[in-house]
Amino acid sequence: MPKITYIENNGKEHVIDAPVGQTVMEAAIKHGVPGIDADCGGACACATCHVYVDPAWTDKTGEASSMEQSMLDFANDVEDTSRLSCQIKVTDALDGLVVRLPRSQH
Amino acid sequence: MSEIKRVIIIGAGQAGGETAQRLRQGGFEGDVTLIGEEPLAPYQRPPLSKKYLAGELDAERLQLRPPEVYAEEQIALLTGTRAVWIDRANRRVRLEGGRELSYDALVLATGARPRMLKLAGADLAGSHVVRTVADIDGFKDKFQAGAKLVVIGAGYIGLETAAVARQRGLDVTVIESAVRPLARVTCPEVAGFWLDEHTSKGVRFMLSAQPALIKGVERVTGVRLADGSEIAADLVIAGIGVTPETTLAQQCSLTVEDGIVTDRQCRTADDAIYAIGDCARRPMVHYDNRMARLESVHNAVEGAKIVAAAILGRDPPTEEAPWFWSDQYDLKFQIAGLFQGYDRIVRRGDPAERAFAAFYFKAGRLIAVDAVNRPAEYLGAKLLIQTGRSVAPAVLEDSSRPMKEIVAAAKD
Repeated sequence: MPKITYIENNGKEHVIDAPVGQTVMEAAIKHGVPGIDADCGGACACATCHVYVDPAWTDKTGEASSMEQSMLDFANDVEDTSRLSCQIKVTDALDGLVVRLPRSQH
Repeated sequence: MSEIKRVIIIGAGQAGGETAQRLRQGGFEGDVTLIGEEPLAPYQRPPLSKKYLAGELDAERLQLRPPEVYAEEQIALLTGTRAVWIDRANRRVRLEGGRELSYDALVLATGARPRMLKLAGADLAGSHVVRTVADIDGFKDKFQAGAKLVVIGAGYIGLETAAVARQRGLDVTVIESAVRPLARVTCPEVAGFWLDEHTSKGVRFMLSAQPALIKGVERVTGVRLADGSEIAADLVIAGIGVTPETTLAQQCSLTVEDGIVTDRQCRTADDAIYAIGDCARRPMVHYDNRMARLESVHNAVEGAKIVAAAILGRDPPTEEAPWFWSDQYDLKFQIAGLFQGYDRIVRRGDPAERAFAAFYFKAGRLIAVDAVNRPAEYLGAKLLIQTGRSVAPAVLEDSSRPMKEIVAAAKD
């Protein structure tokens, strides 16, 4: 199963086994990683699962859709590598993915 | 209040489940007991009429968290369990079967029950509602291409069900007693957009129509309307709203007015008892503290945050502007704010392009937005409402100005 590393804003790391087909958000929520709220459960409706994809991985995670980009425009502390983690599907190619979490989702 | 060592949460839906989780995340070390009537650990309801019904999400992925997490966090999750009595004087809850539990703080997150059709034939096989996993599983095998589906009620549940049904190739008729769909939750223009959208996808609407009885022997075969006309049906699904589940609250004499009445901290008149989620009614801080009962994920999660903070003795969280969403076909419908009492609507974008937003104003202030495939308009308006800012209607009407810029320039 692909492993994903989530790094909280305070530096604390969580390495999670993420099932292929789920999203990067779901794997975090199901393991209680603090710092991802995902209030809407992955419907791209709330913009509270914001992450920064490690620059080494941005080619593999792909680009945000225009819907996702519009949501990100209103998130806090957005950077070039910002994504909504509910929109990144876990694949075998993402084994080893590293994402960092923002200070706050609200 | 004296030290809280034992928290009982009645209702293991999203509000109840999130409360338990947030108490533990916040460092609460006392007992947490989460009591739910359904056999399942807390799960998300919104996908039931969307991706779960469409078969794109299985029951395991609906779960808010894996069931084993509750034991790991020492949350006593009692599924398939009914609480039947609250003894306020002695701070005890009695379960079906007679077991009693004591609490220092009690959270009522009892949710709501779907309204049932009060018609002859409503109890026939093939007549269903949409509220629980078991409800969907009860008709999934009949929800197949070619089947004739009659949906009663053109609210969110009815329309989402109709959309999935058309995508699956069912023959769909929607019966609605009002003159338009979504009459309770949106303006005529936005309702008209959804009527056109569904009609173009092949849904037949019977508006201003009253069902009189469900026909059939053992299984449903059709629906007869009050005007005598009949529609053949293999499956009848009613989406005619919900009733807040307040039986326990009424039994122990808490104030109930279409929902258990609470203050802004979700506390009832009994300071050891809180009520959150679909079953509760609280003042809306962004709307002059008007009392409202919201049926939404936002409200469930926010209630959980507020109660967890209160029990932990922390500062309350900042309240969000209410928000909602609906997925129908390939469209994302996002709603922020409460539109009741609006006196003006301003539109950005074009319904004909299936991407537009309707902004609701009351006495010159922005109070709500309905956005179809316009996430920036949705999030921008939500931010304005929850920070108490507004913009002139004419500014929003200028589609050439990006929403982000409009929000950044908005004043108090």
